[in-house]
Formats: sequence, structure tokens, C-alpha cells
Amino acid sequence: MIEPLIDPSRRDLAAEYRTRPFGRHSAALQALLDVMYRAENCQNLILIAIGGGRWVLGERQPDRKPPRLFLDEVFDSLEAGQWAAFRRRWRALAGSELDLP
Amino acid sequence: MSAIAETPGVIGYVDALTARPGERVTVRVSVLHPARRYRAGLVRLICGETGPKGPGLKEEPIATAIDGEHEGREQYTDAGSYAIVERLPPLGSVEIELLVWPGCLGGRVQILMALGRLRLALDESGAAALLAGDGALSAGRRLREKAWHRVEARYDPATGHGFVSSTPLPGFHADRAGEATGALPAGIVPQGPLLFAAERLAPGRTARHFDGKLEAPRLRSGTVAAAWDFAVGIGTRRIAAVASDALDGVTVNAPKRAVTGSLWDGSVQDWRQKPAHYAAIHFHSDDLYDAGWEESLAFRLPEDLRSGFYAVKLEAPSGPPFHVGFIVSPPPGGSGARLAVLASTMTYLAYANYRRRMTPGPYELSMGALPTVDMTDILLAEHPELGGSTYDVHPDGSGIAHASSRRPLFNMRPTGRFWNFSMDLCLIDWLDAAGIAYDVVSDHDLHEQGAALLAPYRAVLSSSHPEYHTLEMLEALQAYLGGGGRFAYLGGNGFYWRVTADPAHPGMIELRRAEDGTRAWAEAPGEYYHATGEYGGLWRRLGRPPNAVFGVGFIAQGFDASSYYRRTAASRDPRAAFLFAGIEDEIIGDFGAWGDGAAGLEIDCYDAALGSPPHALILASSEGHSNSFLLVNEELLSNRRGVDGTTNARIRADMVFFETPSGGAVFATGSIAFIASLAHRGYDNNVARLLRNAVARFLDPTPFAIPRLS
Ligand SMILES: [Fe+2]
Repeated sequence: MIEPLIDPSRRDLAAEYRTRPFGRHSAALQALLDVMYRAENCQNLILIAIGGGRWVLGERQPDRKPPRLFLDEVFDSLEAGQWAAFRRRWRALAGSELDLP
Repeated sequence: MSAIAETPGVIGYVDALTARPGERVTVRVSVLHPARRYRAGLVRLICGETGPKGPGLKEEPIATAIDGEHEGREQYTDAGSYAIVERLPPLGSVEIELLVWPGCLGGRVQILMALGRLRLALDESGAAALLAGDGALSAGRRLREKAWHRVEARYDPATGHGFVSSTPLPGFHADRAGEATGALPAGIVPQGPLLFAAERLAPGRTARHFDGKLEAPRLRSGTVAAAWDFAVGIGTRRIAAVASDALDGVTVNAPKRAVTGSLWDGSVQDWRQKPAHYAAIHFHSDDLYDAGWEESLAFRLPEDLRSGFYAVKLEAPSGPPFHVGFIVSPPPGGSGARLAVLASTMTYLAYANYRRRMTPGPYELSMGALPTVDMTDILLAEHPELGGSTYDVHPDGSGIAHASSRRPLFNMRPTGRFWNFSMDLCLIDWLDAAGIAYDVVSDHDLHEQGAALLAPYRAVLSSSHPEYHTLEMLEALQAYLGGGGRFAYLGGNGFYWRVTADPAHPGMIELRRAEDGTRAWAEAPGEYYHATGEYGGLWRRLGRPPNAVFGVGFIAQGFDASSYYRRTAASRDPRAAFLFAGIEDEIIGDFGAWGDGAAGLEIDCYDAALGSPPHALILASSEGHSNSFLLVNEELLSNRRGVDGTTNARIRADMVFFETPSGGAVFATGSIAFIASLAHRGYDNNVARLLRNAVARFLDPTPFAIPRLS
């Protein structure tokens, strides 16, 4: 069994990120983000503005191919898109869905 | 909820990044939308897409002859560099030979040399192969990437008899030679035009381009014996035949010259010292100098058109518009305004067709947030033939050293990433809102016209990110300041890299990312000298640090959030009283359309060791930068901890003012995000007030007095 790469009990760090996705982070949150941001964990995510202030996530592709767009979920702000990326990575690395009140 | 995301249905480019009132503008358009029609119009750009915290897009239509709907078609782009010798006598039995340094091998056929339907190539397996008509003869031994080999071939059209071989040049390796002899289709006449690094399907249509370096090609057939020396003609488009210039050729799509060849042994670094060590040309399958599209629209700019940022706006029946941005500079001698905005067209060009944000990799480790693109960027990704930016790499991993404006440019627009062209519109928007008269001139104007361009102006405002400069541009700015000019450097990471304008390729710049610096790729060893003979790299390393002229220089970057400045005691100095008139606040710029602060993105600080003037006043410094702000690597001798915005006190934007000996002055803000704060609260805020104060005094002819330091 593979150990979770991030501690699923540290939902406080997820809450910190949701409150302030951009700007100064605590050392503990930055350490968690550094794990998420590693090449093998980042999922090559990208945010694509599709017009009208709307964003979707996508995946960057190798071999000079265009990113693949995930059109099933649309975000109305950059912050909402960042938060969705955080949740995807949490699921992959903590091994469980992130549910915050 | 699902979304429909559409890319622009029409793209285009204009022939020059700068035009003047009364001049003719030619637009070359490719219609991708199946309706094959589009609307066009000229717009003056006032403000770009700022996001929810700024004023948002503002453009003003200008009536011209192109208004309305037009029929169009998709235009073909023949990407990939090669060299061509047009006139070649008809040949019989032929022997050919050349030196080959493959950049990337396998998976596709790459043509090294083509004589009509007789081609010497690297095949799908990466082995040398002779192709005659539909027949192929492979030497059977894969070459090694990024190593030199001699490749030879013989073919007799009378019999179809062929021979091909590859031999690694001597070195400390175990590479082996390969060769094959065999029957190929007979009757394939070797004929011109002769191409290196591609084959020609029809005039203007080439295919199966080679990625890598070629050197010293030779050809023998009956009484014809020809050889080419690529060390001759560096800095031009010419390839020189050794014996007779009747067989001279030209390069197409600007392959890289002044590159190391098979003889290079590290004994020189400057190609001019031993040209024989630089007898190679580096071809790339994605080089593009001139898309060469047919003219679609042409119109004359109104004689009384005010100078500014403009775009030809193209719209297909659906999808977002495509803006073809350009600068309208004033008539010669200026419009009468005493203030100029210097649009950083060299930097816009260096960034044009930036693809790196869309490639896989741990982007956030350096940027601190996800990469963001829009549907126009997605369209760029769908069109690799339109070339990359100087932030991208070629298929063989070598850096893209050339940027040409003769192709659609996906960043000369008011939309998309809030950066460069689109961000600089924040300054235009504020000047218009403040009712200040100005002209817009461009880097390209400055390069061509020198200091005379700025002579009509008492003050010049920079853009937000004037990163790339030719020596001619720096000399012009220094001459302007030396003559008492006033300059406001309203940006970050400015005056950073040397670029050169290539006289053989109008509209193209060359960049060699030599030595070190914050950079997307590293220049190849031995190739730090540009094809012009100028040594490439950071102006800081070339003896012209920006600190010495503009007060501050690059210190850190971070792309998640911006911060604010805190005033220093020096801001109370009587010399700075004009700047802070009406500003009581201690904190400057804790708001803005980019990252909620005026200090952010790329930031610069005062550094006396790099020549920042000792009499300069550090008026304010930013603080509280995020974890993602990291000290730039040219500040590090070896990697270490303690280099982020939460741990390193040098990570700050310094706002600086100083007088010059000739009665001029410099005001520097040291931050790309600064101008994105100008519009806050209806343009009524301390950033706008500060800049308004600076501009008002800078436009006053009363000379500044340089203080006497004890
Ligand atoms: Fe830059």
C-alpha cells in the first residue's frame, strides 16, 4: 500500500488555502503545496478562460499538442478554478475526498 | 454545467509593429471559420482585459476603408527553415557528402539534401538513407543525437545503383559506421533546385524538414563539382559556394547561423575568431521568419490619427475576435505633446507566440499559481506552424533564438494574459482619464531613429516590462537622459537582455540567452555571440546594469499575488516633496487589478553595488511578498535556502528618484504590477496621484538640481 503523500487530517491547511489561494502561506501549507506542485503530482493542470469571465480546468499535453479541456465543470472565478485543482490533487495525494464545511 | 469554448475563426498580421498617420497598413488574413468570411475594423485600444478588479476592455472604432465584412480563405504557412540553390545544371551520376549533427531522431523522415526526387535523408529509424523516387536505401545504423557524422551517398540514374553511408567523426565514443549498397529505381534525375534540410513539393511548399546542424556539403557529377562553406555569409541569408558564386544559395525562414560546427573545440567562443569552427547552420522544422501570406486588406491610416495602441480587429461569424495589435507613432517630430510613452515592442515580439505555459511540467513550483490561457492561446497550440516564442524550444530542445513579426502574433492584443501589451494599456487608460497629452513611440522606432526620436519630449514613460533592448536603444535612452530628459521607469525586470536586430531579416530579432539570468533555456556553449558579432546575455553582465541608468534592477518574481509599498523617511526629503504632494499615506498601492497590489509580478530593487546612484532617494519599498517570490538566480552564487519573499529582505520593489547632472531626473517604481493599480477607485488613489505628480514636474522645463553630497 502506498502511503498518502499528504496528511488527510490537515484539513486546516486546505481551509487556509481556500481562504487565501494567492499570497503568503504558512510554512505548513507551503510544504503541502510543494508536494502538490511536483512534476509527478501536479497533473499538468491548467486554467483556461473560455470567455465571459468563465474558466475551466484542463490538462497540458506532451508533444506540442493543445491542452485537453475539462468542459464538464465551469468556474466563475480564477480562485474557484484554483480551488478545484487543489481538491483534485488532495483526492489523488491524500487518498480521500476533501470535504470542508 | 457544460460550456462551449470556441477559438477565434480568423487570424492575421500586419507588416510592421509600428506605423505612422497617413501610412498604408497591409493586413494578411487567414480565415479558419468554415463560413470563410469575417468582419474587420480598426480600433484604438484604451484599456485591456483587466479582470474583475480593473476597468476592463475599452476600444474605440476608427472608420477606415476596411470596415465591414470580407470574404477570405485559409492561408498556408510554410514553416521550417532550409537553404536553397535555385540554379543547378542537370546532373547524371552523382556523389554527395555532408556533415550532419542530428538534433532529434526517429519517428519521421528528415531530409538533409534534396535534388528533386533524389534525397539524402535520415529515415524513421534515425539512419542515413538515400531516397530515389519511391525507393529507399538505408545505411541501417542509427546516428547519435547531437553528435557529428559524415554522411555520403552515390546514385547513378542510368542503373539505379545506390550507395549510402554514415560515419561518426572521431571522438571518445563507441559509435559505429553504417553503409549500404543496393538497387534503387533508375531514371530519377538529380536536379535543381537543390535544398538543404528540406525537400520542395512546389514553389513555397516544402516538407520533411530536418532538425539539427549541417556543414560542408559537397556534390560531384561529371564535370560539376560544388561545395558550400557555411562559415561564409554569417549574418546574411547567403550560403556561399566555394568555387563559383553561380551556385550560391539563400536560407529561408532564418535558420540559426554563428553556431558551432564539427571543428569547434572550445578554443574560441567568438565565431569571428575562427570562422572555420562555425561552418555549420542549425536548421529547425519549426523556424518561421515570414509566413508570406497574401495581402487581404489594405488601408491608409487617417492623417490626423492620434498616436497610440491600435489593432485591426478581425471577427469570424462566431468565436472570439482576433486583434492584430500595432503602435501608431506620431508624425516625424512628434504631435506637439511633451510626454511620450515608450511601447516595448521588442519585448512584445520576444514574447510573441508563447507556448511554454501549455507544456507539461511543474509550472507552479516557479510561478506559484496555475498557468492560465484563453481560447486564443488554445488556437495557437493548434497551429504549431506559426512558430514559438523566445521562451520556447525547438523540437530538438535548442532554444528559439529568433522572433519575427512577419506572422500572426498572439500577444499583441488587449485580451488574454494580463501582461505586456494588454497591461501597458493600463497606462494609456490612465493618461486618457487624467487628460494628459502624450505620444506613443515604440522600441522599434527608438532602435531605428535613436535619441532624435525622443528629442521632442520633456518626459518619457516606460512600459510595465521593458525587458529586451538592443545596444542602439540603450544608447538612445542614455543620450536622452544625458541631454536633460526625464524618464519614468514604470516597470520591472527592465533593460535585462540584449537583443539584436538582424539586418538580413527585417522585422526579426535575435536573442542569445548566454551565461546566466532568469531564463527559459540556456544558450548552447560556444554560441554566446549573435550573428551580428555582438556578445549576448544580460545587460548586467555586459557592463550596463539597469541600476546605473534607471536606479533599480531585477531582484525577484512571483505570479500569485502582489503587495504594497511602505514609504521611507527619504520620501519626506524636500527633493521628493513634489512626488508626495497630497499623499499622507504610509502605505502606497495596497490595491490593484493585478494581485491586489502595486508591487508584484517582477520586481526590481536599488543596488549600489550594481551602480544605483548614491544620491538616489529610495522613496518606498514593498514588503510582505509571498512564498512564491524567489530571488533571481543571477543573485545566487550557489543554490541555498532563505530566498523567498517570506524569508529574504532583499525581495522588494524599491521606488526610487534621482536627478541627473544635466537637469533631468529618473523616477522608477520597480514593479510590473504598478500601472495596474492606476485605475483603482475611479483613478483616485495614491498610485495615480504619485504618477500624476511625477508627470507634472517632469513636464515642467525647470531643470532639476543634482544635490551636492558631502
Ligand atoms: Fe519577462
